[in-house]
Amino acid sequence: MQVQTSWISRWAVPLLVVAGFAVAWAIPRYQLINPYYELILMYVGINIMLTVSLNLVNGYMGEFSVGHAGFMAVGAYVASVLTMRVIPWDMAGYLYPLALIGGGIGAGVVALLVAIPSFRTRGDYLALVTLALNMIVKSVIENIDAVGGPRGFLVMLRLTNLPWVYVWVIVTLWVIRNFIYSNAGRGVLAIREDEVAAELIGVRTREVKLRAFIISAFFAGVAGGLYAHLLQFIHPRNFDILKSTEILIMVYLGGIGSMMGSVLGASIFTVLLEALRFMGVWRMALAPLLLVVLMILRPTGIMGLKEWRGLIPLDERLRLWRLRARKGGSASAAGN
Amino acid sequence: MEFWLQQTLNALQLGSIYALIALGYTMVYGILRLINFAHGDIFMVGAFVGLAGALWLGLPMVPTLLFTMACTALLGVTIERLAYKPLRNAPRVSAVITALGIGIFLEHFVLGTVGAEPRAFPALIAGGRFDLPGGLTVNSVQILIIGVSVVLMLGLDWFIRGTLTGMAMRAISWDRSVVPLMGINVDRIISLTFAIGSALAAAGGVLFGQAYPIIDPYMGILIGWKAFIAAVVGGIGNIRGAMLGGYILGMTEIYVAAVLPSTYRDFVAFTLLLLLLVFRPTGILGRVQAQKV
Amino acid sequence: MRKWTRVWVLACLVVGILTGAAMAQEIVVGLNVELTGSIPVVGQSSRNGAQLAVDQVNAAGGLEVGGRRYTVRLVVEDNEDDAASAVAATTKLITQNQVVAVIGPNASRNAIPAAQIAENWRTPLISPWSTNPTTTAGKRYVFRAAFIDDFQGEVVAAFARNNLGAQTAAVLFDIASEYNKGIAEIFRSSFEALGGRVVAWETYTTGDRDFSSQLTNIRAANPDVLFLPNYYSEVPLQVQQARRLGIGARILGSDSWGSAELLTLGGADMEGLFFTTHYAPDIATPVAREFISAYEARYGNTPDDVAALTYDSMQLLFQALQKAGRVDREAVRNALASITDFEGVTGSMRFEGTGDPVKSAVIIQIRDGKFTYYDSVAP
Repeated sequence: MQVQTSWISRWAVPLLVVAGFAVAWAIPRYQLINPYYELILMYVGINIMLTVSLNLVNGYMGEFSVGHAGFMAVGAYVASVLTMRVIPWDMAGYLYPLALIGGGIGAGVVALLVAIPSFRTRGDYLALVTLALNMIVKSVIENIDAVGGPRGFLVMLRLTNLPWVYVWVIVTLWVIRNFIYSNAGRGVLAIREDEVAAELIGVRTREVKLRAFIISAFFAGVAGGLYAHLLQFIHPRNFDILKSTEILIMVYLGGIGSMMGSVLGASIFTVLLEALRFMGVWRMALAPLLLVVLMILRPTGIMGLKEWRGLIPLDERLRLWRLRARKGGSASAAGN
Repeated sequence: MEFWLQQTLNALQLGSIYALIALGYTMVYGILRLINFAHGDIFMVGAFVGLAGALWLGLPMVPTLLFTMACTALLGVTIERLAYKPLRNAPRVSAVITALGIGIFLEHFVLGTVGAEPRAFPALIAGGRFDLPGGLTVNSVQILIIGVSVVLMLGLDWFIRGTLTGMAMRAISWDRSVVPLMGINVDRIISLTFAIGSALAAAGGVLFGQAYPIIDPYMGILIGWKAFIAAVVGGIGNIRGAMLGGYILGMTEIYVAAVLPSTYRDFVAFTLLLLLLVFRPTGILGRVQAQKV
Repeated sequence: MRKWTRVWVLACLVVGILTGAAMAQEIVVGLNVELTGSIPVVGQSSRNGAQLAVDQVNAAGGLEVGGRRYTVRLVVEDNEDDAASAVAATTKLITQNQVVAVIGPNASRNAIPAAQIAENWRTPLISPWSTNPTTTAGKRYVFRAAFIDDFQGEVVAAFARNNLGAQTAAVLFDIASEYNKGIAEIFRSSFEALGGRVVAWETYTTGDRDFSSQLTNIRAANPDVLFLPNYYSEVPLQVQQARRLGIGARILGSDSWGSAELLTLGGADMEGLFFTTHYAPDIATPVAREFISAYEARYGNTPDDVAALTYDSMQLLFQALQKAGRVDREAVRNALASITDFEGVTGSMRFEGTGDPVKSAVIIQIRDGKFTYYDSVAP
């Protein structure tokens, strides 16, 4: 009890967040690191957002969504249209967060549209629905000439920078953490363990699933907006099934049902692929083999249902600690 | 009328290929509840093995087909033993992700060894175009594809329903935990399932090489995903459903492009399939599974 | 910014000078191509063409720039045919490998974002193959070796209308690929402006192998010519399926047909067809003939248009370096922009204030299993 409530335990994470922001702000300001590494850091950040948000549906809720890049595409295009066409040029820099939120809302609306029919069934049918959705989104964008169709859409403003990516990663982690440890979040976990039983104990499964699905899509959309304003050019092909596959791999590499796992999964995957660049074509043959070996050795991924203490709310940590004390220390340290 | 008959013929050809691959998805799913996302790439490997057989060994049509089916079946079983078997008691999704990884590995392994150039698949049967009465055109490749696919599918259907091994497969897909008690070697049946599924995909690969004689290491990705969709639409886990699903997907794609501007084909085709799932959530022939409470 | 930047720049300079002195006289060129992803052939040809150019120069004792001889080193990066990866690779080449210029990416969807990076870092970038006008539009440091879509679409339309006397045309193209769609649209407007009629307008999506539905529609429209502005890996399938269905129209293509693979893949079905491209092997200039034989000797196959265009991009860069007289990005950029007399494998080029070269197109007919010269069109 003493350790749990100590000053360090209460303030460590907020301090870490602030320190992280200071670093993220200082890096581009004083050009502390090579711009290539800075770019990779931004990719890592965007991938963390995609991975954590997909983990909410696939890891915490136990569904199998395979078309996450579709939501990313919607967010990227909506946010880009907002900054390029709607928001006046000189305001775009200030209203950028609004554009990103707009992209996220766009993705959320699409999620709502598909969620209504698809949650009549479970698991593998959701896989099909999201897969088809990914193809449909790509096909629709290819047919809208106003956003360039297959020629792609040029985003003139490079509004994404390291501080912005950092802030959004923190917001994503914070919102999803709070959601998971809220009442609705407990419902999400209950659905994963046994949907029928969850319904019987009074979880409004449809509503809970819908909320989780929309939150997940929202952050994928925001990540898409960041991605668009980093590359300054988006193309329907950037958001095909291969991209979705990549996100899936990051989720399961890091471990389902663990935000820290997703952070690790996204970081390791992104950095590893960059580090293996010297191998050329064989890089893409080696990386999946490593994944297969890891899956065989640790089927639940690196973190697999375990969570880093810092990402668990304080009162939750206390509760778990008491629980463990009562059971005589047999329960796992920090899990759910 | 002639226009529609012609399009139906086109749809049967495309649907046969989808159906052959969808069968592999559905058989493995039925037994292991595993979505084998490497299956599209096994189809691709099948096409390349067929190419090797036809070019290096100079085999004619039927031996090429048999040779390819045998080699690819071996590959399927090897993958199952090495990658999926250790995960049989792990969370279901771990095996799915492993399958994704295996698929990506196969693509780039072939890309690294064979090279990136698309390869021409030699014609193994005499080309011929027959003009039927009413302006309809049939060619020998169409006859071959539809014929061989139907024979293979009828054979499989008989095997599943008419033999003891087939019965064992159905039993495993019904309830895997009880089957060992009946003295059935589950491992052997699972391996056999992978062998058959891979062999069918390989046959699809060779037939594909005859109809669309340019093959490359990435050809399995899109076709694989579409065949998965076909399997789900038919009711995943159901053999006849997969065949039906393959033809339904083929027809949807062909007819939509025939009637509407082909620009919207993917959009309309997939929306239609989604709508179908809204009304029949478990696919056309899928069985509704009672959930234990 | 100020102080720390200065320290940082100074440190970079010191390190740069030290390593520069240690590595003697070397020019580093970056190559950023699609080795994996959906068009690995493009990346492979591009790498082959670039490597050939570099090895030739090094075998001849290196490149003489401003009175000193430098060996040329090529740093190859795979961009996976993915925009994010293309941006990362470009940033890496420019900031880590300190290349004097970047060659590639090839596909416009990768070249456009990569070009933005090169522009920000004031580093010359030459895309061998990108035909989308956006790649170079409004940019100071970005060049290309190919001609843009607009020109080629007009050339094909005029050829179909005037030389072949076609009244009606059908088009089948890949809707998901900017190159194909761009040319198809310009062909349609030019063909109609010349008094022709486009009677069928059919599309498919990258990766499709079955075009029977679209071709059956085209057969019903019975056009005089069928235009297929698609990649050579798909065109033989389309031609074959069209013939199997009994479509007798004359078939036309664009420079994406320009690979010997087209003939191996398509065989006898390709006989008599026309397409526009950058150069004709049979009336090739000495430069082109030399390139073709060197390429064949080394890689065992005939170079395609990407290989030729990448080779030309390298030669453009070498000429610019020599003209600039020093290994400096800004100087190379200025020299590139003022090239007026470049004689390349894919024809003569000059730059007139933009990054787009002025070059002529030739029309090729496939006869006796060979690409044969038919006509040439100047811009």
